[in-house]
Amino acid sequence: MAVEKRVRFQSWWLPWVLIAPQMAIVLVFFFWPAGQAIYQSVLTQDAFGTSTEFVGLLNFTRLWSDQTYLSSFWTTAVFSVLVAGIGLAVALLLAVMADRVIKGAAFYKTLLIWPYAVAPAVAGVLFLFMFAPSVGVVSYGLRYLGVDWNHLLDDDHAMALIVMAAVWNQISYNFLFFLAGLQSIPKSLIEAAAIDGARPWRRFWTIVFPLLSPVTFFLLVINIVYAFFNTFGIVDTATQGGPGKATSILVYRLYYDGFKALDLGGSAAQSVVLMVIVITLTVIQFRYVEKKVQY
Amino acid sequence: MKLKSLVSCSLVAFAAFSAPAQAQVEVQWWHSMPTALGEWVNDLAKDFNSKQKAYKVVPVFKGSYDESMTAAIAAFRSGNAPHILQVFEVGTATMMASKGAIVPVGKVMQDAGQKFDPKAYVPAVAGYYTAPNGQMLSFPFNSSTPVFHYNKDAFKAAGLDPEKPPTTWPEVTLAAAKLKASGHKCPFTTSWGSWTQLESFSAWHNVEFASKGNGMRGSDARLTFNSPLHLRHIENLANMAKQGLFVYKGRGNAADATFYSGECAMVTGSSAMYANIKRNAKFASGISTLPYYPDVQGAPQNTVIGGASLWVMSGKKPEEYKGVAAFFDYLSQTDVAAASHKRTGYLPVTIASFEQTDKAGFYKENPGTDVSVTQMIRKTTDKSRGIRLGNFVQIRTIVDEELEQIWSGKKTVKEGLDSAVSRGNEQLARFEAANKG
Repeated sequence: MAVEKRVRFQSWWLPWVLIAPQMAIVLVFFFWPAGQAIYQSVLTQDAFGTSTEFVGLLNFTRLWSDQTYLSSFWTTAVFSVLVAGIGLAVALLLAVMADRVIKGAAFYKTLLIWPYAVAPAVAGVLFLFMFAPSVGVVSYGLRYLGVDWNHLLDDDHAMALIVMAAVWNQISYNFLFFLAGLQSIPKSLIEAAAIDGARPWRRFWTIVFPLLSPVTFFLLVINIVYAFFNTFGIVDTATQGGPGKATSILVYRLYYDGFKALDLGGSAAQSVVLMVIVITLTVIQFRYVEKKVQY
Repeated sequence: MKLKSLVSCSLVAFAAFSAPAQAQVEVQWWHSMPTALGEWVNDLAKDFNSKQKAYKVVPVFKGSYDESMTAAIAAFRSGNAPHILQVFEVGTATMMASKGAIVPVGKVMQDAGQKFDPKAYVPAVAGYYTAPNGQMLSFPFNSSTPVFHYNKDAFKAAGLDPEKPPTTWPEVTLAAAKLKASGHKCPFTTSWGSWTQLESFSAWHNVEFASKGNGMRGSDARLTFNSPLHLRHIENLANMAKQGLFVYKGRGNAADATFYSGECAMVTGSSAMYANIKRNAKFASGISTLPYYPDVQGAPQNTVIGGASLWVMSGKKPEEYKGVAAFFDYLSQTDVAAASHKRTGYLPVTIASFEQTDKAGFYKENPGTDVSVTQMIRKTTDKSRGIRLGNFVQIRTIVDEELEQIWSGKKTVKEGLDSAVSRGNEQLARFEAANKG
C-alpha cells in the first residue's frame, strides 16, 4: 500500500451510475429473496396461501424446542467438516500429482475436472447405485473385505455415503484452483530449496503449502458454504435424511419442510437460521483464519 | 421451481390466446403419471377430445406427486393454477383444509347439470374423498391398495407350494425360513412401511391407526398405533429382521425393484405393482391377500387405499367447470372405467365397471387381479373406512425414521412406536391449530 492509486471522479453521480447495475443485481437476487425469507419466517400459511397469520417468533421457538432439529446441527457440523476436510486434502493431493505429470497432462486433468459437470442429485444417485446393499458394485466388493455395507440401517455408512458423494462432486472445483495455485508458484524457489538439499516432502510443507494458503483459505470458505447449502440434492436422492435422522443436515431439513411438507413458515425460519450461521462462519473465517494467510 | 412456474405461465398464456381462435374451452390437467401410466392418461384425454368438440382436456406431466403438488401451489399463488390437479392420498387432508383453493367435485357436477350419483362409485374408495357432510370433494381417479406379491419360482425352489401362498403372518415367517434355508438372501421385504405395516395393518385387523375414525371424523384425531397388537406385529417383523427373514430395502417404493429383480421373494406393496411385474419380472409370480393374525377377532376386515384423486381448483370460468364436469362424467362411464382398471391394475372407479370386468371373465383369465378389489369391496367399519390425517406426509416420514431405528436395533419396538406416536401427534396438533378457522 505504498503508492496511493485512487481514481478521483469529476462528477459525484458517475460512480453511482457505474455501480448501479451491480447493485441492482445484488438487490434483486440477494437482498430481496433474503428479505422475503425473513418476512415468511414470522408467518404461518396454509399450503395454498389462502390464509396467512402473523405468528411472531413461533416458527423459531418451535425449532428450538424440536430435539431432532437441534441434533441436526451436530449432524451438519460433522458433515461439513468431513466434506471440506477430505475434499481439500484429496484435491490437493491430486493437484500436486497432476502438476508433476508431463505426458498426457491435459487428458489427465480433463478427467479430474469432469465430475463437476454432474448435478449433485445425479451424484447422489450414482453413489446410491454403487453402494446399494448386496447388489451395488462397491458394496459387493466390500463384502469380500468383511464389511457388511448397509447404509439403509447403519448411521455411519449413510453418513460416509453422502460425504463421499459430496466430496466427489466438489473435488474438481478444488482441484482446478489448487492446480492454478501450484502453477503460479515460481519454479526458482523450489529449485533453490532443492539445491539447498530439501527433500520433496520438506519443500512441499515449507514452500509450496504456505504459498498456496490464499487458495486454500478461499476454498475452505467455498467448501463450507457448499456443504451447508448445495448438498440437499445428494441427501435427497441417496438417503432422504435416514436412517432415522442420521443424515438429515440442516439444508435437507429445510428443503423437506418447505417443498415436501409444504410448511413455508417453518422452512423460512430455518433458512434464516442457516443464513445467520453461514454469515457468522464467514466472518470468523475472514477475521481469524485470514490473518494466518500469507498473500 | 422458477423454470416450472415459467413453463406454467407460458402454458396458461398460450391457452388464453389460443382458446378464442378454436372456440373450444381448454381444461388443464396436471398429473404425475410417468411412462406407461402417462400414456394411459394421454389416451384418456385424446379419446375424450375426439368424442366431443366443446372442450379440450390438456394433460401435463408435472413430475412426482409431491412435485406436481408444489408446482400447483406455486401456480395457484400466482393465479395460474390448472383446472384439474392429481393429488396423492396423503395430500387429501391438506387439500380439504384449503377451502378457498378447491371446488368440491360434487358441486362442480351439480352446477354443470351433469347427472351425478355418488352411490355409483366404489364406497371404500369414494368414501375416502367425501366430506363428513356427504359431499364428494375429489374424483377417485387412480386408487390402489396394498397386497402380497410372491415369487412362485422361488417358492418351488424352496419346496413350498407355489399355488398356496401364506395368508397369515405365522405362515409368512415359516415360508421365509424355508426360503432362507434354500439360500434366498431376501425372503421378505416391504414397500411403504407406514402404509402397509401400520395403516393397512390397522384397517385389516379392524383396529384404529388414529382416533376419531382415523381422522375421518375430525381434525382433532390422535395417533394410536402403539397398541399391543401393533407392538406385537412390529416386534414380529423386528425378530424376522434379526434372523435375516425380513430385509429392509428403504423408504417409499424402493423395495418394489428388489422384487422385480428376483432379489426378494415376497413383498407387501401396492396392487399397482402388477403392471410392472408383468413387464419386468423374469419369473412366475402370484398375488395374494395381505397377511393377518388369525387369532385377532374381526380380521381380516378391509385394506385402505393409496394412489391419487383429481381435485378441481378454484377461480376458473363457469364454462371451464362444465368442461371439467363433462370429463369426469366421461371417466365414470362403465366402459371407460373398466378399461382403465384392466389396463393399470388400479381399482375400478364405479361398481358397474367392476361388475362388467367380472362378467367379461377378466379376473378368471388373470388370477390375482381381483385380490385388490375383494380386499376393498367390503362393508367397511368406522375403524377401517380410511385414514385421513393432516400433515400426513410428515407423519409417514416420522414413521419411516422410527421404524428404521427399530430394524437396526437402536430402539426397542416400544420406544420406536411410542416416539413415532408422540412426534406424529405434534404434527396433528399443529395441523389442527393451523386449520381451525
